[in-house]
Amino acid sequence: MDTLDQLAQEASAAFAATDDPDALEQVKALYLGKSGQISMLLKGMAKMTPEERKTAGANINRAKEAIEASLAARREAIRRLALAARLAEESLDVTLPGRGETRGGLHPVTRTLERIEALFASIGFDVADGPEIEDDFHNFTALNTPADHPARSMHDTFYLQEESGKTAEGILLRTHTSPIQVRYMEAHVAKYAHLPTMPEIRVIAPGRVYRVDSDATHSPMFHQVEGLWIAESVSFADLKGVLADFLRRFFESDDLQVRFRPSFFPFTEPSAEIDVAFLSGALKGRWLEIAGCGMVHPNVLRHVGIDPEKYIGFAFGMGPDRLTMLRYGVNDLRLFFDGDLRFLRQFV
Amino acid sequence: MKFSESWLRTFVDPAVSGDELSHLLTMAGLEVEEEESVAPAFDKVVVACVLEVSKHPDADRLNVCRVDIGRGAPLQIVCGAPNVVPGLKVPCALPGATLPGNFTIKVAKVRGVESSGMLCSAKELGVSDDASGLLVLPADATIGVDLRSYLDLDDRLLTLKLTPNRADCLSLSGIAREVAALTRTPARFPEVLDAPVSIAARREIVLDAPAACPLYCGRVISAVDGRAATPDWMKRRLERSGLRSISALVDITNYVMLELGQPLHAFDNSKLEGAVHARLARAGEKIELLNEQVLELQDDVLLIADDERPVAMAGIMGGADSGITLETREMFVEAAFFAPTAIAGRARRYGFVSDASHRFERGVDFGGTRRALERATQLILDICGGQAGPVCEAAATLPQRQPVRLRPARVTKVLGVSFSTEEITAIFSRLDLTFRRDGEDFIVTPPSYRFDIEIEEDLIEEIVRLHGYDSIPARAPRARAAMLPQSESARPVSRVRQILANRGFQEVVNYAFVEEAWESDFAGSREPIRLANPIASQMSVMRSTLIGGLIANVVTNLKRKQNRVRVFETGRCFFRDPAGTPVAGFRQPWKIAGLAYGSATPEQWGSAPRNADFYDIKGEVELLLAPLAARFEKCDHPALHPGRSARVIVAGQAIGFVGEVHPQWLQEYGLPLAPVVFELDLAALTAAKLPQYAEVSRQPPAIRDLAIVVGNELQLQQLIDGLAANRPAIIQDIRLFDVYTGKGVAPGKKSLAFRIVMQDTQRTLQDAEVDAAMQQLVAYLEQAFAAQLRV
Repeated sequence: MDTLDQLAQEASAAFAATDDPDALEQVKALYLGKSGQISMLLKGMAKMTPEERKTAGANINRAKEAIEASLAARREAIRRLALAARLAEESLDVTLPGRGETRGGLHPVTRTLERIEALFASIGFDVADGPEIEDDFHNFTALNTPADHPARSMHDTFYLQEESGKTAEGILLRTHTSPIQVRYMEAHVAKYAHLPTMPEIRVIAPGRVYRVDSDATHSPMFHQVEGLWIAESVSFADLKGVLADFLRRFFESDDLQVRFRPSFFPFTEPSAEIDVAFLSGALKGRWLEIAGCGMVHPNVLRHVGIDPEKYIGFAFGMGPDRLTMLRYGVNDLRLFFDGDLRFLRQFV
Repeated sequence: MKFSESWLRTFVDPAVSGDELSHLLTMAGLEVEEEESVAPAFDKVVVACVLEVSKHPDADRLNVCRVDIGRGAPLQIVCGAPNVVPGLKVPCALPGATLPGNFTIKVAKVRGVESSGMLCSAKELGVSDDASGLLVLPADATIGVDLRSYLDLDDRLLTLKLTPNRADCLSLSGIAREVAALTRTPARFPEVLDAPVSIAARREIVLDAPAACPLYCGRVISAVDGRAATPDWMKRRLERSGLRSISALVDITNYVMLELGQPLHAFDNSKLEGAVHARLARAGEKIELLNEQVLELQDDVLLIADDERPVAMAGIMGGADSGITLETREMFVEAAFFAPTAIAGRARRYGFVSDASHRFERGVDFGGTRRALERATQLILDICGGQAGPVCEAAATLPQRQPVRLRPARVTKVLGVSFSTEEITAIFSRLDLTFRRDGEDFIVTPPSYRFDIEIEEDLIEEIVRLHGYDSIPARAPRARAAMLPQSESARPVSRVRQILANRGFQEVVNYAFVEEAWESDFAGSREPIRLANPIASQMSVMRSTLIGGLIANVVTNLKRKQNRVRVFETGRCFFRDPAGTPVAGFRQPWKIAGLAYGSATPEQWGSAPRNADFYDIKGEVELLLAPLAARFEKCDHPALHPGRSARVIVAGQAIGFVGEVHPQWLQEYGLPLAPVVFELDLAALTAAKLPQYAEVSRQPPAIRDLAIVVGNELQLQQLIDGLAANRPAIIQDIRLFDVYTGKGVAPGKKSLAFRIVMQDTQRTLQDAEVDAAMQQLVAYLEQAFAAQLRV
């Protein structure tokens, strides 16, 4: 049946000539609609014999299926074209910046303090805090530094005025975070007074401290972290282990030399200064003073009611500002306290 | 403590290099803080003598010299120095010499005259800055001797950063003793013989305060030459220790102090009247010191006085009118032991320190007092001539060195390593610590020069110091197995900070002492907590608010063209409070404060720029507080705009404030726009509560919008509070979503639009119920707030 094949081809061509979904439906009606050509052909079969009808019907249906198939294909093609057009139209410059708030950040020294806290927490150290306006007893006397002790000249202390304008007796800005230890030990002793053996003390005390000193390497306010471990058996060898381990973890480097050398603090005996030297980088090979430490002086333990024959331990103090400078390569301490966003944003 | 290495090596000369020596000292607790060479590298410079000087034929300023260099024929050298004259001994750089700066000396013609070397100034050799002429050498200098060895220029200067416990190392012999112990090298100390007594003159010595001054020795030396010259070797050693040469008599007292550690004082004997007293000052007593300072003394200051008046602040500084001068013919030399507690802090109280007070307050060897006096006498007689009288001595009870017990088991406990009896014995004998044994224990009696050995731990430190800190093993930390508590009802500060950082705020750390004006401007505080000794007036009072610092941060950053500033800080603030703890009289709460300045969002394309306002910063506070819900009440705050500030209230407690900075401060602080700020008690933010489950409805909600017109003065909170008490039960949530004034709304009125969510947990609501609830709501609003429905 040539005419039927022709019809199917003609329909397919007509569909293909159409780009628009509505126009396509109109073209469809010409072939498949109620008065479309296929319907006409089917109606024409009424005059045929049953035999003829059977054959013709099959042929017309085949043609109808072919037309429907090409219609479906064309619908799909038009849908795809339309989608492609829409996508093309909606396409963005994906390299334009995103909108909304940018991130702020923590102060670099806060980053360091949080790292220090996390590292010491991983071996069971608690974190303690204490007042910054301190009394003479906790800042000095309880730390085995009585009035007029020459070691007090190592700390140029800020004192406060009374309302009358007179210098307040025995009140100062803490010169180190060690008084926090004293307060922590006092509280610990009181809390466990009922036990035959006091549980271990493991604590670090970070905070701001104050000294009358201001130049490129000294700020009148700076940070310290003090640490303390008191137990029935803790030795200088443990102190070396903990602090050497800490420094390697903190700097994430085994490429680090750590040395302990004798020093003096009124509140520890023996006392040591800790130096580190990096084996690579800008500071390679130079010994850098990083912390002070030592075995807690028996007088300090006695001051808080701990028997130095039964308990022993070590204390250390370090400067997180300096650790921060070394870690991030900052070369001027004053930048930390200047509030310059161009500097601070580098630590976001 | 600064000293010359070559001087030290006259006492003890271990077979170690200079660098090794420094390392050894540092690792023994005598930290070498600075090392410097006396002179830069140069060679082939010798002592020479100028024989003849004649004018250069072609240059006015140049001379042609014939110079004897101690060998061969004299050299012809052209020289431009103004001070060149025949007979002068000067340094001569020979042909082939290399001077500092890699400058090589060759035979060359200078304006047509051959010159075979160079006569040098001190500056050309790098030994000082003096370039005014040739370095003139002493007339007795041996011609031809290498200048480096003649002037000891290969010497190095070491500066020790001594800890306060090591007073025994504040002298060359003390350091030598230490080096001897460290290197096991014998030390040689100067032999001191008692000076011949050739006159009878003496002074009575009275110890009026025997606890403060338990030993005083002195002697008269007459017929001294106050104008005698200090020998070069002594001058050089003093200068290399950082002391200027003054006169032979003064130099000798300083020299002995450096050599033996005993500060001395020399009086002009003719200016003393009667006996020499060591007594405490009478309160208000005045003294004029050598440095021309006039002090009014407190009664705990020890004085040296004669029968008439104070003549010295004992152990600190001599008086102005009793000291030796160039004219002094008869002197009285003092060597005494002053107790550290009698000297400590006194000089500092008057704003100075001296070499003497530095030593006495740390402890001077009371076993060496007389020896130092004899040593000084010896040097004075040698250098200034004169005749010595007998030593006048008054003594009371000297400090007793208490025996200290050392238990080897305690050594192990403290150090974590055990030491054998032999090792301990060896270390103690290296340190000259005498001991006896009591069973296992050592009973040590420290020497008179050690003021830092009082308890067992002090001896343990000596053991580990000599053994080497590096030789103690580092033991891996042992962590206890018990978990640390982790309270879920406390929000760590780190999380609070992180929230702000995520909202674009940058953390800052500002000084806790601020300008006094900030306290009155931003906290209304007229009586701030003032520092007694501030370093600067802009750091003179303790802050009671963090706001001033944040505003200063804006100013700083505006200067650096940073026009959008979002900063925050956590820190303690300080208040006087009679009930304050733990330090009585003060409350020191932690605060957190934030500030936003400039554009509400970072400058970006596609959104209209707008400056951060009250509601932006309020939103940040709400976000920070969540899940806590705060109420905001209008407040008066000195820092803030009275119409744009609010007190923040959580659970009935005021925890801080939020608002726009008061316009009056903008001009004063140089701010083109108004910053918006908040400050809250940190404790309120770190308290958190455990979440509590409430049933979630499965029924569909009914949502209606409602717009009403109310008077402008009505605050939303009043409306919300009223609704909270009067709303139908099915209303779950009433949320404001629009505020409108302008066209269509009468002047003085505002339109508020609410979204109202109704829901029942058990059943689906019927339209009629919803409508009834809405009507009830509207009726309440009309009646309570004269609200009109807006349609």
